[in-house]
Amino acid sequence: MDKLPKWADVALIPLINLILALIVSGLVVALIGQDPFEALAIMVNGAVGSTYGWGYTLFYATNFIFTGLAVAIAFHARLFNIGGEGQAQLGSLGVALVCLMVPWPHWLIALPVAILGGGLFGAAWAAIPAYLQATRGSHIVITTIMFNFIASALLVYLLVSALKAPGMAPESARFVEGSHLPTAREVLGAIGIDFARTPMNVSFIVALLACWGLWLLLWRTRLGYEIRAFGHSDKAAVYAGINPVRITMITMLISGALAGLMAINAVMGEQERLLQDNVLGAGFVGIAVALMGRSHPVGVFIAAVLFGALYQGGAELEFETSIPREMIVVIQALVILFTGALDGMVRSPLEKAFLRFRRQPDKPGVPAE
Amino acid sequence: MTAPAIELKGISKSFGPVQANKDIAIRVMPGTIHGIIGENGAGKSTLMSILYGFYKADTGEIFIRGERTEIPDSQAAIRAGIGMVFQHFKLVQNFTVLENIVLGAEDGALLKGSLSKARTLLKQLSEEYELHVDPDAKIEDLGVGMQQRVEILKALYRRADILILDEPTGVLTPAEADHLFRILEGLKREGKTIILITHKLREIMETTDTVSVMRRGEMTATVKTAETTPQELAELMVGREVLLRVDKQAATPGETVLNVENLQVVDGSGVERLRGISLNVKRGEILGICGVAGNGQSELLEVLGGMRPGKGRVTVNGQELDLTGAESDARTRRRRGIAHVPEDRQEEGLIMDFFAWENVAFGYHDDARYQRGAMMNNDAIREDAEAKIAKFDVRPANCWLKAKNFSGGNQQKIVIARELERNPDLLLVGQPTRGVDIGAIEFIHEQIVALRDAGKAVLLVSVELDEILSLSDRIAVIFDGRIMGERLPSETDERELGLLMAGITDTDKDHSVDEIEENLAHATGKAG
Repeated sequence: MDKLPKWADVALIPLINLILALIVSGLVVALIGQDPFEALAIMVNGAVGSTYGWGYTLFYATNFIFTGLAVAIAFHARLFNIGGEGQAQLGSLGVALVCLMVPWPHWLIALPVAILGGGLFGAAWAAIPAYLQATRGSHIVITTIMFNFIASALLVYLLVSALKAPGMAPESARFVEGSHLPTAREVLGAIGIDFARTPMNVSFIVALLACWGLWLLLWRTRLGYEIRAFGHSDKAAVYAGINPVRITMITMLISGALAGLMAINAVMGEQERLLQDNVLGAGFVGIAVALMGRSHPVGVFIAAVLFGALYQGGAELEFETSIPREMIVVIQALVILFTGALDGMVRSPLEKAFLRFRRQPDKPGVPAE
Repeated sequence: MTAPAIELKGISKSFGPVQANKDIAIRVMPGTIHGIIGENGAGKSTLMSILYGFYKADTGEIFIRGERTEIPDSQAAIRAGIGMVFQHFKLVQNFTVLENIVLGAEDGALLKGSLSKARTLLKQLSEEYELHVDPDAKIEDLGVGMQQRVEILKALYRRADILILDEPTGVLTPAEADHLFRILEGLKREGKTIILITHKLREIMETTDTVSVMRRGEMTATVKTAETTPQELAELMVGREVLLRVDKQAATPGETVLNVENLQVVDGSGVERLRGISLNVKRGEILGICGVAGNGQSELLEVLGGMRPGKGRVTVNGQELDLTGAESDARTRRRRGIAHVPEDRQEEGLIMDFFAWENVAFGYHDDARYQRGAMMNNDAIREDAEAKIAKFDVRPANCWLKAKNFSGGNQQKIVIARELERNPDLLLVGQPTRGVDIGAIEFIHEQIVALRDAGKAVLLVSVELDEILSLSDRIAVIFDGRIMGERLPSETDERELGLLMAGITDTDKDHSVDEIEENLAHATGKAG
């Protein structure tokens, strides 16, 4: 029997971690002479108090879902992909090339090709560290983080040379009108619902589909079975005839592709041109999202929305008070600290508490699917 | 009447809902060898950990030499004169024997004084108890038997007069084990008290004065060894009558299934693990491979099971196996009718975090019957798992439990069920009953014999000589990556096998333990 019931593992512990992070953040806010309760109210209201807030929250969440899923699938194979940032940058290059090169007549045609372009470029960027890890044992944490810098430099180079649009700014030309993705305001407006003008767009639906697809892949297909088995024990994987090189490669390709898909939301959906920095740390937030979501697509979705709300709420906080935006980075860091590094601090007392109250072995648990 | 060296009263210890020790009472008289026997998970190790200060008992009292003693940590245990020799030695590999003995018990900031004092004491001890060890040898150059002696010396150097040994013979050849027991006898004569934890009935019968039996956390009996029988002890351990010998008919070998010629394996660091092995296994026959752990038997199983590359010629049913190329993986081996029960079920045979039903498909997960289009047919796997769990009496019979939540014996039953139900032509099986309770051992042995009787070939690797002798139809002894010889179980005995296991082929002559030790150390030293 597992030490904790499923619901406590997936819901209670993250919740407690979050509350602890908020309490400590509140202390920090109080320390700089602000009212933490007022700050919290502004943040919550700013994030989910209006369709404007929701639009931005879910727009950010869409980015984090993609990068979170990217980290999550790698975690299942016990690979720590911290190169989501660079893979997303390359993905944005792929998406931009697709959008710039063809005069698209309609977004419904442009989107699938952009998905392909972003995915392929992101996957390609993950392929090299994956190959080095699988065949040479070069540690993927080191190689992926180095590839982040290379990606960033590559993008800057392209934006001041081949892709540069006329003018001062290092950015590409605007994408054609036919590649414009419908925003939430446009989609909901068509069915008579009033929604504020926000960058939230149909990519959100693609992100939801990606969650479902990843769940299917991990728990319903042979490949997912092999990825999970390899992640738990590489020795056992070899015993079962699972090729470690193949699984490492495939997992990282999928991971890189998911990170690359972030660009259809940020680049194709919002900026509609290629900018120098279009990822804005989402690749790293994805690590926290995957940690907090326990690498499960549903958990990743919930954690992504939460981090989206933190981003948006933080922006509002900056508008309305003198609390600097960096405070949000502090809160995020605390959430990461509590969900990731300090997980055991909450977990082991909770396990003991549960064992004390449960002498009887419980009924077979709900399947973890 | 003298006070008992150790007396425990009403010791209980729970880990959450699991009660590892229930109201244990035990008296160990000074100057005796007291055996503690029980199945895996019976609570022996927990009890000893309480005595050595690793765990704190929930209730109960400890008396040492009649005095009530609190043992909050191992330092306190050492002060109370208790020494412990663990199953896995705790020695610094690149230190000398002397340095290891002094480590943690130095007299002052300068080592020199402690070392010379230790040297004198060591000399005295080794003369007294036949505990001969070269004080200046490095641990990494010593064989396991020698390392164990260092552990004992470490305890004696700390003035232990109560010595606890946890499964001390697991890694020893029979001759080394005999020597260890002679040492223990010597210690006993000097008035030391010894507690011997083991699951081997024979050792209990041969060496102890009294024996306590543990079952499911309780002390079920304490008896004088001279007044009991192995049969009675086994029943006390399991709680029902058990068969101690495997019941099997003579083999009727058919044509050759597995033929191995000049098989060589070099591991990742360039060390030769197999140096040209040739053997064959026929239909309806169990070939047992015995040897001291680390002499190449694991590599033999792994290369045949498709887990590592090798060189040489191996045929199964006359068809040659690919040993290095694209077809050398475990998946292809399974398609060729080779099933593999690996030596380490927790690291290899099972995914501990997978449900039982997921594990039933492990290795066979690409079978057509487990697929439904592009997806896996989880319903079909669960149905299959339920049937296998019922047939092999896996307990609890719940395919939604994770593998890690089953006991060792039931984990092994899951592996055996998965591999045997494929009806393979050749079964590779390593340490089938390691860490498995007696009741399950009996069942697993029956299943292996049944497979043989169904006309299949079985290659058995085990470090348990008893198991090799009782299951095998033919025995091959492996030493330093070579087969030292083949024997029929009816025409050999433990003494002869033990010498072969140490690489000594002129088995008619007498050989000293030191000679055996040296041979083994030479082999393992080279390998390591």
